[in-house]
Amino acid sequence: MEENRFTKGVVDGIPICLGYLSVAFAFGIFAVGSGLSALETLLISMTNVTSAGQLAAVPIITAGGSFIELAVAQLIINIRYSLMSVSLSQKLGKSVGMLDRFIISFVNTDEVFAVASGQKKKVGKRYLYGLILTPYIGWSIGTLLGGIAGNVLPKIVISSLGVAIYAMFVAIVVPRVKEDKATGKCVILAIILSCIFYYMPILKSIPSGFVIIICAVLASAVFAYFAPVPMEVEEDE
Amino acid sequence: MNNFWIYLTVMAVVTYLTRMVPLVLVKRKIKNRFICSFLYYIPYAVLSVMTIPAIFYAVENRAAAVVGFLVALVMAYFEKGLVVVASLACASVLISEIVFNLI
Repeated sequence: MEENRFTKGVVDGIPICLGYLSVAFAFGIFAVGSGLSALETLLISMTNVTSAGQLAAVPIITAGGSFIELAVAQLIINIRYSLMSVSLSQKLGKSVGMLDRFIISFVNTDEVFAVASGQKKKVGKRYLYGLILTPYIGWSIGTLLGGIAGNVLPKIVISSLGVAIYAMFVAIVVPRVKEDKATGKCVILAIILSCIFYYMPILKSIPSGFVIIICAVLASAVFAYFAPVPMEVEEDE
Repeated sequence: MNNFWIYLTVMAVVTYLTRMVPLVLVKRKIKNRFICSFLYYIPYAVLSVMTIPAIFYAVENRAAAVVGFLVALVMAYFEKGLVVVASLACASVLISEIVFNLI
């Protein structure tokens, strides 16, 4: 038996879609404020569908960073999807063919993965196509609205909306830190490293994409070594 | 920005590969505990590095940005959800900017 109803997938995707509207809106504001056009911003969202990776990419693109820097930054920030895809591959029903895997993986975001994993049965292709459809629409429309708003709203309002996407990151990190002390320590180490790279002479000339990679990899590797997680935990992601 | 299309292609391809390759190729679970733990911490480390200190420079008025960050921190601590946290942070920054401009 597998869950293979398209409409069930679409409905399950609605809460994700609503969440994405606002996150993508914040991204649209941020990207246009950084100097990209609304169309460029929309294209980035429609071809990537990943908040953290896209946010990290904008300063690299507007600063004229190297393609290597961009590629490595995207690889490190998005490598977590590989784990999710590995996990999701265990959950796929028989109806999911090879071609379906190529298409579904395009929108295997944190939230889509979380909802698919939460199903009791295996998931079929119709269900998955429904589940990725609504979030993808929300992500695209939200970005477009944010990009347009970034061009229309008064400067002081745009400026204050600039914190929206960072505030969302705070809202993702803090609840996890509350329930897991090791993650909290890892976050503190990452922040200390980030500040060192931001303010120290010489170090602060390193491009932002590399700083994210170096700090995050260092902090995560230290804690993966000294505070490894129990082996079941990776599926809660 | 002539290079935009190259940037777009690079990031889209890399992002897609991180998702596609494992889903198409990997048929069994990762057993290595270090790799699993590393992948567990990475999202939170990345988000933290991207947020601090960048959030303090996201607004022209530094003090207003600090207010926004503190509001986000407190609201996130009480687990208010992404949209509420972000909206209140923006509102507090806007109000602070107006107030600080008057002073």
